[in-house]
Amino acid sequence: MQTSFTAEQLAAPDIAIADRILRSCVHCGFCTATCPSFVVVGDEDDSPRGRIYLIKDMLETGAPASEPVAFHLDRCLSCLACMTTCPSGVDYMHLIDYARVRVEETYQRPRHDRALRALLAAILPYPARLRAALRGARLARFAGGLIGGETLFAQRLRAMLDLAPGALPGRGATERQGVFPPQGTRRARVALLAGCAQQVLDPGIHDATIRLLTRMGVEVVVARGAGCCGALTHHLGKHAAALDFARANVAAWSREIDTDGLDAIVTDTSGCGTVLKDYGFLLRDTPEAERAARIASLAVDISELLLRLDYQPSRPPEQPITLAYHAACSLQHGQKITDAPKILLKRAGFTVAEPRDAHLCCGSAGTYNILQPDIAGQLRARKLETIKPLKPHAIAAGNIGCLTQLGGAGLSTIHTVELLDWMAGGPRPAQLPAEAAIAATQPHPELETDGEPGWV
Amino acid sequence: MIDLPAPKQDVLDRRDAVYEGLRAILPARGVITDPARLKPYETDGLSSYRQMPFAVVLPETTEQVAAVLRFCHQNGVRVVPRGAGTSLSGGALPLADAVVVGMMRMNRILEANYGDRYAVVQAGVTNLGITKAVEADGFFYAPDPSSQLACMIGGNIGMNSGGAHCLKYGVTANNVLGITLVTIEGEIVKLGGTHLDTAGYDWLGLAIGSEGQLGIATEIIVRILRAPEGTRAMLAAFRANEVAGACVDAIIGSGIIPVALEFMDRPAIHACEAFAHAGYPLDAEAMLIIEVEGSVAEQDALLGRIKEICAQFDPISLKVSQSDEESAAIWKGRKGAFGAIGRISPDYLCMDGTIPTSTLPRVLHRIGEMSAQYGLQVANIFHAGDGNLHPLIMFDANNADSMHKAEAFGADILRLCVEVGGCLTGEHGVGVEKRDLMGVQFTDTELDQQRRIKTAFDPDWLLNTAKVFPLSDTIPRAA
Repeated sequence: MQTSFTAEQLAAPDIAIADRILRSCVHCGFCTATCPSFVVVGDEDDSPRGRIYLIKDMLETGAPASEPVAFHLDRCLSCLACMTTCPSGVDYMHLIDYARVRVEETYQRPRHDRALRALLAAILPYPARLRAALRGARLARFAGGLIGGETLFAQRLRAMLDLAPGALPGRGATERQGVFPPQGTRRARVALLAGCAQQVLDPGIHDATIRLLTRMGVEVVVARGAGCCGALTHHLGKHAAALDFARANVAAWSREIDTDGLDAIVTDTSGCGTVLKDYGFLLRDTPEAERAARIASLAVDISELLLRLDYQPSRPPEQPITLAYHAACSLQHGQKITDAPKILLKRAGFTVAEPRDAHLCCGSAGTYNILQPDIAGQLRARKLETIKPLKPHAIAAGNIGCLTQLGGAGLSTIHTVELLDWMAGGPRPAQLPAEAAIAATQPHPELETDGEPGWV
Repeated sequence: MIDLPAPKQDVLDRRDAVYEGLRAILPARGVITDPARLKPYETDGLSSYRQMPFAVVLPETTEQVAAVLRFCHQNGVRVVPRGAGTSLSGGALPLADAVVVGMMRMNRILEANYGDRYAVVQAGVTNLGITKAVEADGFFYAPDPSSQLACMIGGNIGMNSGGAHCLKYGVTANNVLGITLVTIEGEIVKLGGTHLDTAGYDWLGLAIGSEGQLGIATEIIVRILRAPEGTRAMLAAFRANEVAGACVDAIIGSGIIPVALEFMDRPAIHACEAFAHAGYPLDAEAMLIIEVEGSVAEQDALLGRIKEICAQFDPISLKVSQSDEESAAIWKGRKGAFGAIGRISPDYLCMDGTIPTSTLPRVLHRIGEMSAQYGLQVANIFHAGDGNLHPLIMFDANNADSMHKAEAFGADILRLCVEVGGCLTGEHGVGVEKRDLMGVQFTDTELDQQRRIKTAFDPDWLLNTAKVFPLSDTIPRAA
C-alpha cells in the first residue's frame, strides 16, 4: 500500500519500521473476516484493515491522535487473528503496539478513562496490590447490584466486579522465589514466569506446572527479581512501564543463565508468552537488546515444553471426560501454537472437542473485558454459544484471561496443565464437576472430535 | 489518480441537512460523517485509487436501505454501494459527494432449506460464510472467489463473481435464484424466487453483474449444492508458461471438466509457498493445480487421464495430494495468492480478462514480452480452465512513473484479451479500473443500449455512477 512519509519522518527508526509494515499491506481485506470486533460491530473502522488505515493517517500527518483514532484502536483486542489470516505477512502486532504508544503520548483521554487505566496499570501487575483490591471487590460486589446506569463508567465498574473471583484463593508456591528440585535425575532446568495476576486469581495453575515438571525431572526456578511480563502495561500503551518490567525479567533470568544455566523459560499464561517471545524487539534499542533476544529465544509455552519432553500420562482416565478446548488467541495467533495442547490432552486420555469459529477471541484480551465491556460481552456470549452444543464436561484453555472470561456460565473452566498434571499423578482439579455429575451427562452424540479447524 | 466527476456543489452546500436526514433514518452508530472515521472508507481492494466519501451509512435492514435510497433520490445525492470493500476494480470507490451504503451489518443467514436446496442470506454475509453455515449438513455454495473468506454475497451479485470452482459449477449468475433489490426510488423489489426459473423476462440476469448501478441487493436466495463425496487436488509443474498453457488447452479440449484448473507462474509459486507451505514445486516456471471430485474410483479415473495428458508436455513433476490437509494447504496458497504477492512487491494491479483457452500459450508469451518492454514484473495466477486471466503487475505506488507504467501495461493486456476474441472482464467487474477500456470491447451503439438500461432504473444516474462506462461521455449524457 502506498505511504507518504517524508525522508525526515523516515529517519525516525520507529516510523521507518511502521512504514515497512504499512507497505507490506496490500489492502485485500481478508483480515476483516476473522477480526472479532469487525464481526461484532460491522464497521471498517473496527477492522484490522481500517485500523491500519487510521494508523497510517495518524503517522503520516504526524498529528496528535484524535478521538476517533483512539476510540477505534482501543476497540482492537490485539488477538492477532488478522496476522494468522494475512496472506501478505503484515506485522500488525508491532504496528498497533507502536500506535498505542502514540495514542497514550499524544491523546488526552477523558478523566475517568485515564484514571481507570492508571488504576489497572498500578494494581494488576502487583500480586500484593491485586490481592488487596480483590478483597475490596468482594465487599463491593455486595453493592455491585446497586451500580445502575448504562454509562461506560458504570459498565466498566460492573465488568470489573464480575471478574473478581467469588472466594480468594490462598497463596501459591510461586509468590516466593525459589528452586523446585526435580524428582530423580535432572533432565532440564527451566525458569517459570510467576507473573502477576494469575498467581493471585488461581495459584493452582503454577502449582500444577511445578508438580508436573519436577515429576518429569525438570528443575523449576522462580527467579528473584522477575515479575509481571509487562503485557498489561504494554497493551495499555504505557511503554516505559512495560520496558521496566521486561528489563527486570531479562536481568533476573540472565543471572540464572550465567550461574546455573537455563534450558527454557516457561510460561503457563499464554498472554504473557506472546510478549516474552517479543522481548528482543521490545528492548531492541536498549543496552539489554542482546540479552533480551536470548531470553526471547528461550521462551516457551508449557504445552510446547511438555511435548518436547514427551509428556506421558501415568494412569488411565477413570471415566470418559469430554473437554471443549478453547484456543487462547495468544496461543493460536500470537504464538502460532495450535496443535500441542490438543495433542497433549488427547494423549492424557480426554476427548477433545473444538467449537465452531475457534479462531474468534472470547473477549478477554487482557484488560479488554474491563475497558470494552460491550464488545467483550458479545464475544463471550458468542463463544459460549459455540461451546455449549459440544456438551463438554469442562472447558480447557491455556490462558487465565480466557478461563476467567468464560467462567460463571455453568461450565467449569480449567487450565490445560492442571488436567495434564492430574493424569500424570497430580490431584483431581477442584473445578472439575464431581464424578457422578460427569457420569450423568453424555457428550453430543454426533460430536466430531478430530475435526480440523477451517483453513483460516 | 483516476478522474472522477466533479462533486455536485448543491449537495456539498447542503451537507448538514443531508447528514441530519440520514441520522433521522438510521441509529447514530449507523451514520459516519467525521472525516477521521471516513478515511478508511476512501478505498477498497484497489488501493491505488482513493477518494474520501461524503458520508458512510451502515443500515441493518432492507427497510433502512430503502429509506436511505429514497432520501438520496429525493435529494439528488449520489450513492456508492459497498460490501466488504474487496473489489479489485474499484467497484466501491467513493465519490466526494456520495453516500457510501455499507452492507456489512446485514450479515445474517435467514434460512437454509435442504429439501429444496436453497439458502436465504443477507447481502453482508461473506461468501464463505454461506458454505460454513451449511457444510455441517453436507452442503456448499459453489462460486468461490479467492477473497471468499472476506467478500460479501452482495458484492458477488454486483460483480457476478467467479472463482476457482466455477469451471464446473458456473459463476454467481448460475447459482443465484432470487434477489431482494432496492431501487434508487426506495422501492423493494423481489426478483426470481426459490426455484430455478421464473416467468417473464430474466430480471435476475440483468441485475447480477450490474455493479450496483441498477439497485442494491439486500437479501439473496442462493442455490446450495450437496457436497461431493470427496475431492483430490494434484500439482503439475512445467518448464515454461506457454507449455503449461498448452497443457490446459489439451485437458479442456479432451472434454474433461475438472472441478478446478488453476495456473500459477514462478513468482506466484514462490510468494504463495512462503505463505502456505504447501509443497509447491519451486523449480518450476509454471504450475497447474488440478482438482477432481466424486467417488474415489471417479477421482482415480479422471486423475489417470489428466496425468496422461500432462505427461505429453514434459512435466518436471506430477504430484497428487495424499490427504485433505495437503489439499487444504494447496488451496490456502492459491486463495491467498494476491495478498501473498505483498511479500514480493509493495503494490500490484490485478488484471482480470478472459480469453479462449486455445489462445493461452500465445497470450502468456505476449504478456512475458510486454513485461520486459515495460520493465515491470508480472505474476500470473488465474483460473486457467475458464481462460480467466489474472496477471498481477507489480509496481511501486510510491513512485508515480512506476504506477503510470503499470496502468498502461494493464490496459495493453486487456486490449490483447479482446484482440484474441476474449473479454476485458472475467469476474472482477469493470468498476473504475476498466471503464475507459469499454470502448475497446463495445461499439458506441452497444454502449448506448447499456446506458439506456441504466437510465431506465436510475434516471438521474445516482447509483454507483462514474463506474462501468467511460467517464468522458457518461456524465454529459447522464445530465
